[in-house]
Amino acid sequence: MSKKVAFLQGNEAAAHGALYAGCDFFAGYPITPSTEVSEVLSLELPKTGGKFLQMEDEIAAMAAILGGALAGGKVMTSTSGPGLSLKQELIGYGCIAEIPCVVYNVMRGGPSTGMPTGPSQSDVMCAKWGTHGDHPAICLVPASVQETYEEVIRAFNLAEKYRTPVMVMPDEIVAHMRERIVFPEPGEIEVIPRKTPTVPPEKYKPYDTSFGDVPPLAAFGSGYKFHVTGLNKMQDGFPTTKAEIVQAEEERQVRKVDANIDDIVTFEEYLLEDADVVVVAYGSTSRSARYAVNIAREQGIKAGMFRIKTFWPFPDKQIKALAGKVKGIVIPEMNLGMCSLELERCAQGKVPVLGIFRVDGEPINPDQILDKIKEVK
Amino acid sequence: MAFDYDKWIRPGKLPHIWCPGCGHGIVMKGLIRAMDTLQLKKEETAVVSGIGCASRLPGYIDCCTLHTAHGRAAAFATGVKMARPEMNVILVGGDGDGTAIGGNHFIHACRRNIDMTYIIMNNYIYGMTGGQFSPCTPTGHKASTTPYGNPDPGFDIAKLAIGAGATFVARGTAFHANQIDKLIVEAIQHKGFSVVEILDDCPTTYGRRNKFKSVIEMMNRLKEVAVPVKAAEKMTAEQLQGKVLTGVLYKDETKPEYIVEYAKVIERAQAVKK
Repeated sequence: MSKKVAFLQGNEAAAHGALYAGCDFFAGYPITPSTEVSEVLSLELPKTGGKFLQMEDEIAAMAAILGGALAGGKVMTSTSGPGLSLKQELIGYGCIAEIPCVVYNVMRGGPSTGMPTGPSQSDVMCAKWGTHGDHPAICLVPASVQETYEEVIRAFNLAEKYRTPVMVMPDEIVAHMRERIVFPEPGEIEVIPRKTPTVPPEKYKPYDTSFGDVPPLAAFGSGYKFHVTGLNKMQDGFPTTKAEIVQAEEERQVRKVDANIDDIVTFEEYLLEDADVVVVAYGSTSRSARYAVNIAREQGIKAGMFRIKTFWPFPDKQIKALAGKVKGIVIPEMNLGMCSLELERCAQGKVPVLGIFRVDGEPINPDQILDKIKEVK
Repeated sequence: MAFDYDKWIRPGKLPHIWCPGCGHGIVMKGLIRAMDTLQLKKEETAVVSGIGCASRLPGYIDCCTLHTAHGRAAAFATGVKMARPEMNVILVGGDGDGTAIGGNHFIHACRRNIDMTYIIMNNYIYGMTGGQFSPCTPTGHKASTTPYGNPDPGFDIAKLAIGAGATFVARGTAFHANQIDKLIVEAIQHKGFSVVEILDDCPTTYGRRNKFKSVIEMMNRLKEVAVPVKAAEKMTAEQLQGKVLTGVLYKDETKPEYIVEYAKVIERAQAVKK
């Protein structure tokens, strides 16, 4: 039997990816250019018995999914730049209270209201540094409609596996373009369930590290009773200011991601074996980059592309290795130089990092990238 | 009736953080009596709060407890209730948390009429941060950020709740301790969003600045200003000047409840499912 095929927009694919992953609770607030996620899920979630909530504001939507997750839901919200700024405090709450959730953010021009219908890639730093305090960050940057579908599923899996908020951040081009998508069969893509406690309720502690860095999470209403707070907490969930506990807990929260970078980081290598010049790209920009690399090859230039699929944690190891092999790194991005800072950090001065930065709401075209490839000597 | 307080207090979590003379402990005891009266199941009950002195209450209660971010209790609680409609969800917090930073969530929870109970401890001040004026500080009164007297008019929380669409609204005071649990029992039993405002006092950051000589004087003030709704019916506007109505102020059993309405959404969606 042939698989189901459709012609979908990135945002619509994200909604269907969430359903495949078992999302049963969504709360959102209307915002361009991500509203289609809400529209699709308001139609589809009730059919599965799931809950769709349109809340009074972006903060409330984030709060509602955190509450829903603590009551056992598999939860997601969707937003765009200004909404992401508003949600940041509670994303931090999700990090410290260790609540699995998916935040789907379509990158539009900014800061502030910026260019609501224009594409950008200027939220990638906000994904890691937007909320205050030290915290783990996972952020996926899909480049196609198919990949948006699959990465939303992976985001749910990572959220459950590491018990932490996970962001999926397509740029507006990926979110709004229409492409052919092939739906996976049920069971074809693994869906990771939440790790729930095996101990009886009276022995349960929500942050019990005897089960490792990612302790099981019970649901309110499932027979377990426990306390959750945004304060620094002990293993039993109650607040503490004891220095050694706060230090250990903060380190564990970050370690959940840092010690599992190889499990989380994904990327695509394109024509890199013999490359002198590597174009590092992500999101829709990688589509122009691929085109530019192909033309460069036709012209006898040994160019290749490293496509970032997981922006956070950043693929340090891979970029460091590339920096030791190539003559130069080209980074096209729809911001004034964000990924390029990470590349410069990883390149450690070994090779030049040449940026193409565009924030005028227009996509970066292959010619611009080709010209920059040719600047690498 | 004898109440089992110990059953509801989390072992090892007392003493609480509240100052001597604070009314929050009186409200907590009232809440415990209400939970005990209704024989709520601990595992099926969530107590959700925001940030502030009053919002530390859930830590002391032995059930599912969620101490959220400043102002966000109603939004988190809506998530809990929608994901687990069978749970009893009780919100607690102060006036600043609930009507300033959390004001938007408060009015929309009222509007939805989702079956939860919100107990607002109104002590007219931000106590935890040291006594800044809140949306409920009376005009002219002193706070650490109104050294020349408060220029702002205050909110009437009960009227706000009624206007926003809550279907059960009651008010009590920390002085009238025996009434608190009765109001909360009725609020929890009500099918819809219920609001119970309890006027209490912060002697530490409000009383001292506003020339209250003692906690007893503050308590006496609560006793003097409170007028039960029934008694108020027989009083003139002049006699009601400066008074605060207490008891069940509003009850509407006709407005549809949100969980029930959402179940109909699911029913309609599944009927068209192909």
